[in-house]
Amino acid sequence: MNLSSGKIVGVNGNMVAVQFDGSIMQNEVANVVHGEQRLKSEVVRITDNRAFMQVFESTKGLKIGDDVEFTGEMLAVELGPGILGQIYDGLQNPLPQLAAAHGFFLPRGASLAALDQEREWTFTPLVKEGDTVVAGSYLGHVPEGIFEHKIMVPFGLLGELTVTHIAAAGDYTIQHTIARLKDAQGNEQDVSMTFAWPVKVPIEAYRDKLLPVEPLVTKVRIIDAFFPVAKGGTFCVPGPFGSGKTVLQQIISRHAEADVVIVAACGERAGEVVETLREFPELTDPRTGRSLMERTIIICNTSSMPVAAREASVYTATTLGEYYRQMGLNVLMLADSTSRWCQAMRELSGRLEEIPGEEAFPAYLESRIAEFYERAGLVELQDGNTGSLTISGTVSPAGGNFEEPVTQSTLKVVGAFLGLSYDRAYARRYPAIDPLDSWSKYEPILPKERVDQARAILSDGDGVRQMMMVVGEEGTSLDDFETYLKAEFLDAVFLQQNAFDPVDAATAPERQKHMFEVVFTVLTRSFSFESKDQAREFFYQLRQIFIDWNYMDADADQYAEQEKKINSQIEEHSK
Amino acid sequence: MRRVYNKVQQISGNVITVEAEGVTYEELAEITTQRGVKSLAQVIKLEGNMVSLQVFAGSRGLSVNDEIRFLGRPMEVAFSEDMLGRIFDGAGQPRDGGPSMTENFIQVAGPSVNPARRIIPSRMIRTNIPMIDVFNSLVVSQKLPIFSVSGEPYNELLARIALQAQVDMIILGGIKLKYDEYMYFRNVLEEGGALYRSIMFVNTAADPIVESLMVPDLCLAVAENFALQGKDVLVLLTDMTNFADALKEIAITMEQVPSNRGYPGDLYSQLAARYEKAVDFEGAGSVTVLGVTTMPGDDVTHPVPDNTGYITEGQFYLHDRVIDPFGSLSRLKQLVNADSRDDHRAIMDGMIQLYSQYRETEEKRAMGFRMTAWDQKLLQYGGLFTSQMMSLTVNITLEEALDRGWSILADCFRPEETGFRSELVDKYWPRQSGGADNPDASMEETESKAKAG
Ligand SMILES: Nc1ncnc2c1ncn2[C@@H]1O[C@H](COP(=O)(O)OP(=O)(O)OP(=O)(O)O)[C@@H](O)[C@H]1O
Ligand SMILES: [Mg+2]
Repeated sequence: MNLSSGKIVGVNGNMVAVQFDGSIMQNEVANVVHGEQRLKSEVVRITDNRAFMQVFESTKGLKIGDDVEFTGEMLAVELGPGILGQIYDGLQNPLPQLAAAHGFFLPRGASLAALDQEREWTFTPLVKEGDTVVAGSYLGHVPEGIFEHKIMVPFGLLGELTVTHIAAAGDYTIQHTIARLKDAQGNEQDVSMTFAWPVKVPIEAYRDKLLPVEPLVTKVRIIDAFFPVAKGGTFCVPGPFGSGKTVLQQIISRHAEADVVIVAACGERAGEVVETLREFPELTDPRTGRSLMERTIIICNTSSMPVAAREASVYTATTLGEYYRQMGLNVLMLADSTSRWCQAMRELSGRLEEIPGEEAFPAYLESRIAEFYERAGLVELQDGNTGSLTISGTVSPAGGNFEEPVTQSTLKVVGAFLGLSYDRAYARRYPAIDPLDSWSKYEPILPKERVDQARAILSDGDGVRQMMMVVGEEGTSLDDFETYLKAEFLDAVFLQQNAFDPVDAATAPERQKHMFEVVFTVLTRSFSFESKDQAREFFYQLRQIFIDWNYMDADADQYAEQEKKINSQIEEHSK
Repeated sequence: MRRVYNKVQQISGNVITVEAEGVTYEELAEITTQRGVKSLAQVIKLEGNMVSLQVFAGSRGLSVNDEIRFLGRPMEVAFSEDMLGRIFDGAGQPRDGGPSMTENFIQVAGPSVNPARRIIPSRMIRTNIPMIDVFNSLVVSQKLPIFSVSGEPYNELLARIALQAQVDMIILGGIKLKYDEYMYFRNVLEEGGALYRSIMFVNTAADPIVESLMVPDLCLAVAENFALQGKDVLVLLTDMTNFADALKEIAITMEQVPSNRGYPGDLYSQLAARYEKAVDFEGAGSVTVLGVTTMPGDDVTHPVPDNTGYITEGQFYLHDRVIDPFGSLSRLKQLVNADSRDDHRAIMDGMIQLYSQYRETEEKRAMGFRMTAWDQKLLQYGGLFTSQMMSLTVNITLEEALDRGWSILADCFRPEETGFRSELVDKYWPRQSGGADNPDASMEETESKAKAG
């Protein structure tokens, strides 16, 4: 193929204007030649024979007339065995390997293969010669950590294909030809264990998209019980700075019952990713007994890394998620923060001098956000099994005000809204998910009527609290006061959860159900109190015993005893 | 290649445009006016042969025939031990009458640290300020602003932390600093005996605004290089709101579409590029960044504090001359407060929850409601907490502060009213409560006890 080339005619921030010869396509990748360095960039607009390109690196030192080499390819990721456990930048460069090669800093233009080219994988074929396959069919598998990594027919191949050759079981590197496929026209094609896929194009090599129903257990009580998420669903976590978005996602990334977790650190602090990438190898996944890192992929394009690569990182993470979903796995992708991705879009749009919308975001903001969350889903695969990709994004609204374009566009498309509140965070009521404003369209793991009843008490309790601010405690009836104390109790012992306590941080579904039954008994019981002080005293004592219980391992000796203490305390004051 | 031009096409704000060839992006140029005054300028846009530069000294007095000489290099700063004790301006030139630095120049705004080479911070920086040490511990390599409003003693707080913190070096960046503030810092560092381990880059209110934009980059480049040599460096930047305002001015001149209240859409990225220079190098030194962000109208949702909060690892909110536990947060505290003492976290959370209840009660009281027995307890607690913990006059170690915490609690409550775990209560709750004496209680503490009880 004849690749095009061009010369720089303008530089403005990370945007260069390029005069080119030949034919190029939108989103094509090109390299800006800067001495020995090749700076990767992407076509974002074409007018006549001038291309506007966002450069994924600093543009310092570029000048008019510098050469640009187009690649004929769209921005793509490399798919194949060996992705799990990796730490990539937004363009899928492996960061530990870059560190080994270049030391403390990320030099400009440095780039390395995403997958290990030398390593041999033990391949077991799943098809034989003469079989008919389609894009996404499994040709074989190799063991990758805890899974059988499926080797699939590349997603870009069209129609039915006949297997004319399949490699015997054995050890191969990813570039080795493991199959030859023939299409209806008789064209043959070699297939290896790896192929590329453009990040901005959803993978659709499945039979059907289904409605997400099964809960994705996060072990965060307020989520599973009150605002559940589903496998293949979407949820967003908006909140002002410091309200606990990142901590919540970190907790979920550790404890959620997903097969693969992809953490996309998009334009946030580098330090936060470090906690994940240093700690995960040391932690065990209770489901597999293996290191948590073996089920995790980290995509890391933090705030001081180039802005254009930040925009790409969200798509890179999603594409890797879709890839593992195609193997019949339940994948959870956590993006922190989608606002930084949207801001990257805004910076780009500004440099393109597009007509700005609200808060200078581009007019297509809403459709980009919708397209992104649409890539989540529960799908029926070619072999009849299902796989899912659940997408969660944090949102960092300007001024903490949800009435802004990114939050509003996100709320239109997600299945659950876990809104973090400033007031709760500052009162240290973590996780600071607002129990009155948040919502979910998915099914909770607890009986729905009871959850609704509990929520009603929360809302009544809040009503009493607000009223008390006006009329004072003396103007409040004992009954109302009891409702208020019940709401506070539910909040303190069930909704609040200590992310930094080894036991309390994650509550298994069975334990959640059990806890909730006890809490529910308290909420629905009529008590005989003589005074408000007595009522307060009672609830504070009960809270104390309950919190102690929360910190106890379910297998611990005192666990059952502590529960008895709670029950006898409840009985003592019951009517 | 021709490097000298003397035809300015356009002058707008602090930005000039010249027609020139072979110029590279972000290259520096030197402008000499007809009267022989020199200023640096930096390339901020290339469009064909039209080159836009921001002029460090501002465009006042520039004429279309001034000489522009391109230097063929981007912004650099000297790096050497000789800079200790010295004071420079925003262009990196001496402002203390000492000699110019002529050797060993390094690039500013260099590449970012590979996240895979970062380590989890683990060292507390003790300040002997309980509102920091107990409630929001400062950690080596942290980036943390002081949110405040004019009139508050934020520069005093900054200077006090700088002097009490155990670090090897202090680099002060003054951004549109008032002249008396500049003198204040100089004197404090000198009197505290810290000048010999300090370097200052100071742009005062009277200096050119474009130069103020360079100050953070100069400070951080020098800090980073000292850190690579094994030094623990504390960088102080005051006031970053002025930095953001300078960015805004340039953006408007360049006719960029503002995103929010006139600030450019890349304000977040611009601020992050600076704050993210904070780092702990494995096997070498570290850079810790403490900034001041004044909040116009005491409004934390203003774009500058708002974007800053999204970048930094917490903030100290200084108002009414105390560090307010609400609005203040050290995000890294949990990395260092687990192993300090086993009651550290419980005291931190528990005392704040009660303080929050006290504030509600205080509101009710202000509205004239009858106070219940519980309210009375909270009021007593709030009084003690304010005077014995929050006051900036308190200067005690972390351990002393934790002990003081238990004794305040015991003065006001019974253990089960506080929600503390029983094992901690057993271990730390003072045996006889009520009037537990505090040997180090100051005058004002005794006073407030009398008031509350
Ligand atoms: N579940 C929790 N338990 C205890 N502390 C928490 C919890 N969630 C958050 N925090 C506290 O709040 C701090 C900020 O939380 P986090 O970093 O998650 O905020 P954020 O919403 O991601 O903020 P930003 O938008 O600035 O990134 C944490 O460092 C921690 O001190
Ligand atoms: Mg965060």
